[in-house]
Amino acid sequence: MRYRALVTLAVVLACVLALELACALGWVARTVIIPPSEMVGSLRDILWSGEFNRAIALTLTNVMISVVISISAGFVLGVAIHASDFLRRAVEPYLASYYAVPTFIFYPVFIVLFGVNSAAIIAIAVLLSIVAMITATMNGLDRIPTVLLRTARIMRLSPVKTALLIQLPAAAPYFFTGARLSVAYSFIGVIASEFILSGDGLGYAIAYAYNNFENRQMYGLMLLIVIAVTLVNMTLDRLDRRLQSRLRR
Amino acid sequence: MSSKVLASKTMASKTLPSRTLPGEALRNIVPPIVLALVLILCWQGLHLATASGAISSPAATLARLVVLMGSGRFWLDVAETGTAFAWALVLSIVLGIGLGVALALLRPVGEVMEPILVTFYSLPKVTLYPLVLLIFGLGMPAKIAFGIMHGLVPITLLTRNAITQLKPVYLRTAKVMRLSAFEAVRSVVLPAIIPELVAGIRIGFSLSLLGVLIGEMFASKRGLGFTAVNAMGLGDLDTIMAIGVFLALFAVLANGGLLSLERAIRHRSAGR
Repeated sequence: MRYRALVTLAVVLACVLALELACALGWVARTVIIPPSEMVGSLRDILWSGEFNRAIALTLTNVMISVVISISAGFVLGVAIHASDFLRRAVEPYLASYYAVPTFIFYPVFIVLFGVNSAAIIAIAVLLSIVAMITATMNGLDRIPTVLLRTARIMRLSPVKTALLIQLPAAAPYFFTGARLSVAYSFIGVIASEFILSGDGLGYAIAYAYNNFENRQMYGLMLLIVIAVTLVNMTLDRLDRRLQSRLRR
Repeated sequence: MSSKVLASKTMASKTLPSRTLPGEALRNIVPPIVLALVLILCWQGLHLATASGAISSPAATLARLVVLMGSGRFWLDVAETGTAFAWALVLSIVLGIGLGVALALLRPVGEVMEPILVTFYSLPKVTLYPLVLLIFGLGMPAKIAFGIMHGLVPITLLTRNAITQLKPVYLRTAKVMRLSAFEAVRSVVLPAIIPELVAGIRIGFSLSLLGVLIGEMFASKRGLGFTAVNAMGLGDLDTIMAIGVFLALFAVLANGGLLSLERAIRHRSAGR
């Protein structure tokens, strides 16, 4: 496992080196891609100068708010839908097709509802990420082994105790998978909305740099997002795998 | 375990066990319709609640959609978006299945590449759109490339996953029969994973449509995505809602069709 991760890292590094070489030899025009070493330099300048600190803070805050809302609301909705047979039959066909709908189109509706501020962006991000949490919650509750629930009944646990001592621990790994997806989708939702629709945040900063031919700055910002999102996703993925392997015991 | 990122999307394809009794069918059909009616009522409620009906009512949206669908301009946009989407989808499917098969058969390569693909899948790919634009220039190729960036990876991951989870007896049989690698893929591997392929195509369908639309919303002069962004600039909410509803209906219908195809195939292969 460890060895394989090293090979993966080596492949990534080899690709970066190849790009660096292609840039140095002039196979790739500077107007298209700048060498990775310059991207790193630009990223360093961006972080040192503090020029984008406000945009970074804004984007991270929006992502965090979206994550908190979609995980908590998604969990509650998932439990509610799971509890009612009617609701479940009503919602399930829509859940299966949900991600086919391009949510971004409805941004102006949220502008009307919330005004021109972060709330509209957070709403889009929540729309994108909440369904992952709802589906994971329902799936987790479905997969609780019946024998555990029977044990709870034999031990005459109250519903609250059953929920806290039996159902929650048994379904926790599935809930975590949902939470992890919510984080990834929140990043996508916030940054994509900023990029296309808003006038603020990291996504907008990249679009702005592109429109002004500021390639160096643009690639620095891209690198920042790619590294940050990759680190977050990898950490959560590792935790997720650990929890899942506990399930298989 | 490998493409768990996609799990939430495939998970939804499981439904409650349904029997073919008429009462049972009714119990599956009535609740979604009730929910749809409730949602439309909520929409109407929002329309009435916002000042001077800033949000278009369902009726106004429908009327606008009818007007739009009568205009030639709208169908030019649909053709533009549709062409880019069709190319993106076909290329995603062909390349995705090919890559998935290759990564599954060359196991070590697949294991090394998988984390990279999973990471790429959960990246906000919009940030990379300027790169696509700089490589391909403005226009159709950039949109197609961006659609492929969204659709290719999930199809690859699901195909690879389906093959690695195949019962070893299939591949062993192919070996015993001395099939060449190509014959084994064509007559053993691919038929065995058809349900998963349809699931992958369904997800690739949604994502490459999303990719093409996002591509059109930024730096484009044609297509439904451009028209929607243009209408945003003009504050023309009727048009935005009409386009949104049109796209949502198209996406949901296509997705539903692929979903029932997937179920039919699974049902048939389970019956054998």
